[in-house]
Amino acid sequence: MTSVAEPDGKAASMTRRLPLAARRELDWIGIPLIAAVGLAAYWLLPDDLALLTRIAASALFVLSLDLVLGYGGIATLGQAAMFGTGAYAAGILAVNWNNDPFAMLAVGGLAGGLIALVTGALILHARGLTLLMLTIAVAQIVQEVANKARDWTGGSDGLSGIDPAPVLGMFRFDMFGHTSYLFALAVLVVGLAVARRIVRSPFGLACRGVKEDPLRISAIGGSPKSYLVALYAVAGVFAGVAGALTAVTSGIVGLDSAGFSWSAEALVMLVLGGTGRLYGAVIGTAAFMGVHHILAANDPYHWMAFIGLFLIGIVLFLPGGIVSVTGRISALLRPRAAPGHEGDRA
Amino acid sequence: MESIFGIAVDGVAYGMILFIISVGLSVTLGLMRVVNLAHGAFAMVGGYVASYAAQGAGLPYGVALVVAVVLTVLATLPLERLLYRRIYGSANELAQVLLTIGLTFVIVAGMNYLFGPTLKRIPLPELLTGTVELGPKAIPTHRAFVIAAGAATLVGLWWLLERTDFGIRLRAAVDDPAMAAALGIRTERLYLATFALGTGLAALGGVLGAELLPLEPYYAIRYIVLFLAVVAVGGAGSIFGSAAAALALGIVDTAGKYLIPNFGEFFFYAALILILFRWPHGFFKGRTA
Repeated sequence: MTSVAEPDGKAASMTRRLPLAARRELDWIGIPLIAAVGLAAYWLLPDDLALLTRIAASALFVLSLDLVLGYGGIATLGQAAMFGTGAYAAGILAVNWNNDPFAMLAVGGLAGGLIALVTGALILHARGLTLLMLTIAVAQIVQEVANKARDWTGGSDGLSGIDPAPVLGMFRFDMFGHTSYLFALAVLVVGLAVARRIVRSPFGLACRGVKEDPLRISAIGGSPKSYLVALYAVAGVFAGVAGALTAVTSGIVGLDSAGFSWSAEALVMLVLGGTGRLYGAVIGTAAFMGVHHILAANDPYHWMAFIGLFLIGIVLFLPGGIVSVTGRISALLRPRAAPGHEGDRA
Repeated sequence: MESIFGIAVDGVAYGMILFIISVGLSVTLGLMRVVNLAHGAFAMVGGYVASYAAQGAGLPYGVALVVAVVLTVLATLPLERLLYRRIYGSANELAQVLLTIGLTFVIVAGMNYLFGPTLKRIPLPELLTGTVELGPKAIPTHRAFVIAAGAATLVGLWWLLERTDFGIRLRAAVDDPAMAAALGIRTERLYLATFALGTGLAALGGVLGAELLPLEPYYAIRYIVLFLAVVAVGGAGSIFGSAAAALALGIVDTAGKYLIPNFGEFFFYAALILILFRWPHGFFKGRTA
């Protein structure tokens, strides 16, 4: 696999040497910056820790979608299947056997990765509308199984009674959400670092190659489908961990965690922040959920109209497709992302 | 025996509703290659307008039906000019998905603003509330009406696309848009007419299916997955494919709900995955595939 990926990785990086080099100048600062902003928010917004925790866990989920869509070009509306599977796996583990938070994350990631591997191998031969439908169908089946396996998942009442043990045996999950938030932030930062390592690896570059020109990859001896299935499974691990993180920090898992609208919302957040760049997922999630928190407080339908108009505007008024959209938006957001959001939420 | 008959009637009626709504999506998808997630919203608009016309304005059922279809088409035609024209045939499915999801959200919010969040009904005329005798069995008149309307739609569409000048031009534009344009076929008008046809069918299905797919603001998001499933299974652009897929999925879903009620929608999506695994382009390979 690596011997195939190597030459292609070089080819891909050669053609994009300029943008990559230019980006690398700024890139090292990204993860520390997110960690610093996250920590600052902990002290500046002590009353909104529940929201901030949700943002951190959701950002990890949107990050997994970014891996699939931004680096593999797989348009999916079923990413919540992996999120929900991870959340339920972690929740069931905690209720029945072991409530160690790290064990929950590990099992959630494993479950998310496995379901992605199995379903990915089954559906990734399709393209376009068929693939979109298959991803939706997988998520609907996961949701339906979760709904019917009442004894394990609690059905439509949701799975409750998840009571995670103290982190490392030292830090208890308190009712103010201090531990939850710091734990979620730490997991997100580690997730970002791992994701960055993956997309920079020969494997990650090969996946980009598949996204840009699958024919060329197969011409030089690679198998586009196996790259995509592997990427789908890796992203499934991230989504599963994100689901498990929600289970750990919120203590409940509901049916909507595998729902169609959760997949669609993640897509909106990703596009808002920018596809194909990992920080975009975090910025988009923070912006989306921050604005949502403010607007949805009075009427959820106003919020829908707002986000709908925003989506239409993005597609129409930023010509050249989503790629240029994300470039411009992240150019707008990036320099003043941190202070801007602070102001929004305060 | 009794339940087999019930499954057949309800399954076929449900399948016909799915067919009427989905075939509009299939025709627009096949021609313009737009993954139109707002199609369910158009069906919902049709249902809401009919409900208002029947309950608020007191029009008889048939008139309300026509008014709903016409108004929905008139209301959505500007969208074709302003929005859809920019994403036709675009290779970028993501842009299509985002634009049409955005449009769906706006319509959902707008319908809620105009008509409120409660469940809307379209009262049936007395003519459609009883049962009709069919040999030894009696079936609800509304089901029979829906099945007949579906069959009429199927025949009408087949005639329109295979036997009329409009259909010939449309098929030419689907098979080779550049050549069709070069031959003097005005593809822009054709697209507009096809979009109107698709929207009209969606509105018709939304009105006829109000008993089976209840009208509420989240209708647009809740059922679009079903309509897309029918198109994916049937093959975009194929009328008979859509009919076969809608009937198959409708009967599978109804049978699953009758026989093993605990599993709800499970069988629908399991069937969807199996079918698409075996026939990735749908039962009938679409004209664009």
